[in-house]
Amino acid sequence: MSFTTRSPWLIHYDGSSCNGCDIEVLACLTPMYDIERFGIIHTGNPKHADIFLVTGSVNEQNAPVIKQIYGEMLEPKVVIAVGICAASGGVFRRCYNVMGGIDKVIPVDVYVPGCAARPEAIIDGVVKGLEILERKREDVERSRKEGPK
Amino acid sequence: MELFQIISPVCYVVLAPLLGILLAGSDRVITARMQRRKGPPVLQPYYDVRKLMSKERSTVNGVQEFYVLCSLIFMVVTGIMFFAGGNLLLVVFTLTLSAVLLLVAAFSSNSPYAHIGAERELYLIMAYEPMVLFTAIGLYVFSGSFDVYDIATGGTMPILYLLGIFAGLVFILTMKLRKSPFDLGSSHHAHQELVKGTTTEFSGRTLAMVEVMHWYENIFLLGLVALFFFDGTLLGYALGTALCILVYVFEVLIDNSFARMKWQTALKSAWLVALVLGVGNIAVLFAFGG
Ligand code: SF4
Repeated sequence: MSFTTRSPWLIHYDGSSCNGCDIEVLACLTPMYDIERFGIIHTGNPKHADIFLVTGSVNEQNAPVIKQIYGEMLEPKVVIAVGICAASGGVFRRCYNVMGGIDKVIPVDVYVPGCAARPEAIIDGVVKGLEILERKREDVERSRKEGPK
Repeated sequence: MELFQIISPVCYVVLAPLLGILLAGSDRVITARMQRRKGPPVLQPYYDVRKLMSKERSTVNGVQEFYVLCSLIFMVVTGIMFFAGGNLLLVVFTLTLSAVLLLVAAFSSNSPYAHIGAERELYLIMAYEPMVLFTAIGLYVFSGSFDVYDIATGGTMPILYLLGIFAGLVFILTMKLRKSPFDLGSSHHAHQELVKGTTTEFSGRTLAMVEVMHWYENIFLLGLVALFFFDGTLLGYALGTALCILVYVFEVLIDNSFARMKWQTALKSAWLVALVLGVGNIAVLFAFGG
């Protein structure tokens, strides 16, 4: 049994979202959905986080920020792109400053569709992400056993 | 030296993490219920720590983990001395040492968030330390000994004479347990204006050690609360255990009904409480012949 999937802490970053998806992410914390029942903690600190939840698209200004947050997170980690904007740029994709989906700068593991993504869909996406997190944890464990190459 | 004085510290070392997990877990469940949420499983703190242990090993510098480890060790030593019935003043000093070492760990990184968190934690130490000392002094004036063993088996419940000190201790317990309105340094909840305060730069195994330290600390603090009801009889022990749990639930209630306060307020109110309840109580004891 793995404890990683029982205590996923997540950090939420708002790219150039219209705030629609962000409000849905926050809705997951409310008594109605209460993601803490899965042991999920919404943290503001990348160094404590296992799951990186991004809403909105990447633009020229936030690309370095996203890369930095991703870099500060410790392995194993999972990236979840929430909403169509985060997947492809959505309605904003033709804007002059928008680069596109999150996968333009960091590898994305799960895409949650929707505009805005519903809280149920977001929770579903996180649960999908947990399976990937578990696989990555096994990889980390294995590489730790084998030692540095 | 009685057999009890050997058994109880051993029990502390072994059982405190278990009880600490249950305490922290029920804390989160009760908090969730107070907010009309379902909340995590009771064993969640244990899952969290196990998860943290399995994360990639990485720290911002070589000494941070060492400081945190020392903080944990001194916390355990504090509890051992307390539950062995040792000197209360020594207990208070090692408790402070443990808190200070955690600060040093936070200060050892260059992160401004960790620095602000550590500075705030420092204000909190300034705020609660007088009351902690008055607690020890009050218990001394009451029983004529600094030894926890003598106080616990004195024959009279300290609470009967030290009501003011007890109230003061409960007040500063909010700071020691890192609860609102005084969770300035770091908090378990989603107040995020400081990212994560003192613990910002701790990750993986280091953060796990901080959590384990809190388990030990919380159980020790509850032991201190329970001491006020110990009179050497079984009834006293039972009453102490029951009431220290009640005090903890009360702290959770306070935690959920207050917003975070400024450090100035924390400092002023804690010193006022120490002066009025702490000194006042001791003065009354002296006035009526100890
Ligand atoms: S997907 Fe829709 S709701 Fe979400 S950020 Fe983009 S435009 Fe807003």
